[in-house]
Amino acid sequence: MELKRTVKFEADRDPEFARWVSHTVGGERIRHCLQCGLCSGKCPLSLYMDYTPRRLMHLSREGFKEEVLGSTSIWLCTACYACMVECPKKINVTHLLYALKERAIEEGRYPRRFAIPIMAREFSRMVRGRGRITESWLVVQVFLRSAIWRMLGMSRLGLKLLRTGRMPLRMERIQRRKEIATLLDSVATTRKELAL
Amino acid sequence: MKYAYYPGCSLRGTGRAYEESLLAVFRALQIEVDEIDDWNCCGATTYMSVDELMSYALAARNLALAERNHTDLIAPCAACYLVLNKTQHYMREYPSIHLVVTRALDSIGLSYKDRINVRHPLDILLNDIGVATIASKVKVPLNGLKVAPYYGCQIVRPYSTFDDQRDPTSMDRLLEACGATMVRYPLKTRCCGGSQKGTLPEVGLDLIHYLLVEAQKNGAEVISTVCPLCQFNLESFQKEAGDRHHPTCVPVLYFSQLLALALGAAPEEIGLQRGFVPIEPVLSGREIAYA
Repeated sequence: MELKRTVKFEADRDPEFARWVSHTVGGERIRHCLQCGLCSGKCPLSLYMDYTPRRLMHLSREGFKEEVLGSTSIWLCTACYACMVECPKKINVTHLLYALKERAIEEGRYPRRFAIPIMAREFSRMVRGRGRITESWLVVQVFLRSAIWRMLGMSRLGLKLLRTGRMPLRMERIQRRKEIATLLDSVATTRKELAL
Repeated sequence: MKYAYYPGCSLRGTGRAYEESLLAVFRALQIEVDEIDDWNCCGATTYMSVDELMSYALAARNLALAERNHTDLIAPCAACYLVLNKTQHYMREYPSIHLVVTRALDSIGLSYKDRINVRHPLDILLNDIGVATIASKVKVPLNGLKVAPYYGCQIVRPYSTFDDQRDPTSMDRLLEACGATMVRYPLKTRCCGGSQKGTLPEVGLDLIHYLLVEAQKNGAEVISTVCPLCQFNLESFQKEAGDRHHPTCVPVLYFSQLLALALGAAPEEIGLQRGFVPIEPVLSGREIAYA
């Protein structure tokens, strides 16, 4: 028989994480959260989440880093902004979710071959190299690296898209591609300088 | 006034019919647009989860390029519309973001003075052209075609200034002016799941399915969308979602395709042949002849 404590002790908190949350873009007003639950009520994905947005707000401002970064919620958020529009305290819930997702990717907290971080990485790689996204090529890249067997199931859709002229075989790109790399490098440099 | 036009990546791929039909509407109403020179990807929802600061810089390059010759920018794609708006808001609210983006633009010889209005085609059509003008130019009325207006998320939330965030009606008013009948559609701003269908398919399919069922239940013959991803999800995965639950058959068009049709455009000119769920039975059933 495995016994598990279901209530957290104060000592399980990570105060550093709580500080980071309330200083991140979107998290500034998190201390104002009333725990009213409108965010969870409006969220079309909360019914699939282990911690609904309301619980996530509470856990993150108190510094329960493991629970927050390990939760399914940050991956389920589609950024539909329903929570943010409803929040009576004007907390930028969606923006905070972005910050949490970014942090989870940074710290590598996701299952192997999980499609969402793979898609994020391939997306940014394509933008950096070509300046634009060609959806069909992006999807192929993601499947190659996450769930290659699902490519088969997608082949019929691919053919239909091809037939209706919605899947260009030529990859889109901009002319002054160097500008994108320069632009992104400049962001990295300034961020380092200002320690953002 | 000439508008700057920012098509975005989707309108060059899966959303081709959106661009084709929108440009047809613009031609019919004599709206002049200039495509932004050498525009780049806005970063969409995806880049934000890799690096928010970089995504603001990417979006700002487009704003800076547009600002050289224009004041109003048209962004038809929901994700582009949101990201460009968000970048403007954040550059105003956070001095640190403003500094990082300004320096980044400077490194490629650009600057941005915050003089661009990011606008959605619905806003342009409703507020710059007007329902009365559009109604007067209708050549092929939609004959009471029953349409479910689906706005999705990112057009109205969180930054839209031209419509209500919970119960938007701009598309309803435009299509009614063309002779369509709007059916009740309480899920009009509920999320379609975005790219969830690709990454977490069982969740994505659920969200897609209930949007379709609700439209069909309320008697819609067509769903009208304003976002390339919504259109793609509702249409391409309709069969797959139906196999898991129970089958639906509702064609999903861009609002601009319906408008263009009413303004007298030919079907192949506005990408009607690019759909997967056949539209002909619905249109001929309502005696909507092509001009």
